[in-house]
Amino acid sequence: MTNATQSPATTTQVYRVYIKATPEAIWDAITKPEWTERYGYAARVEYDLRPGGAYRAYPGEEMAKVEGVPDVVVDGEVIEADPPRRLVQTWRMLMDEEMAAEGFTRLTHEIEPIEGGATKLTLIHELENAPKLAAIVAGELESEGAGGGWNWVLSGLKTVLETGTELDR
Amino acid sequence: MTDDDRVFKALADPTRRFLLDRLFERDGRTLGELESELEMTRFGVMKHLRVLEDAGLVVARRSGREKLHFLNPVPIRLIHDRWIDKYAERQVSALADLKSELEQSS
Repeated sequence: MTNATQSPATTTQVYRVYIKATPEAIWDAITKPEWTERYGYAARVEYDLRPGGAYRAYPGEEMAKVEGVPDVVVDGEVIEADPPRRLVQTWRMLMDEEMAAEGFTRLTHEIEPIEGGATKLTLIHELENAPKLAAIVAGELESEGAGGGWNWVLSGLKTVLETGTELDR
Repeated sequence: MTDDDRVFKALADPTRRFLLDRLFERDGRTLGELESELEMTRFGVMKHLRVLEDAGLVVARRSGREKLHFLNPVPIRLIHDRWIDKYAERQVSALADLKSELEQSS
């Protein structure tokens, strides 16, 4: 067949998980520090949930012990906040100079209730011109101790909401 | 069918594993692109993509006029956490038990 159907290689990553929890509970688990400290990288987030509002993630207890960890590990700006359904923001990783230099990427969380009391959470990370960040959020550096990326973060989020206990780290 | 059943069923087919491998190589492809790599009718490919979507292994999203297919690795991670880790752990702990038993009896 022809190459006419070939679309440009996308740098976007998409993750989806079904969680037995309400959209409100999932929204809180993404935007409130008392929840974000309990799964994934265990960062303490700070959101000003209005367009133009600041987003910052501070290292959690474990991460803060690592040498050279900056005071703020991720920063960004809220583009759209429609609780508990949709959160769009910019997102820049500051853990590493090269990744910080790749600049801001765009992160979207979509939360949608489905039949039977479960909720569908879709995370879309647009990673144009950010190959280093793309590798880390895809979990490609997990064996080097960089964590399992969004895949790992979302399974941790599911576990903490459904069972109330943290995944083993 | 449980979520796990759907994932195992989806993975139990070579064409569907092939499609996942293609998306792993390069994510966000159209039906046309995926179809061009298989000796199969468009309907056949659509049917397989449907099973992968139902299992949550593929997420389709509109981008302008196109529908792009993305690999979603989360269900495989969940199965890994639920099944693989569990049995791998048991083997390790069984060896640890054997070791302490042998050491005690000597």
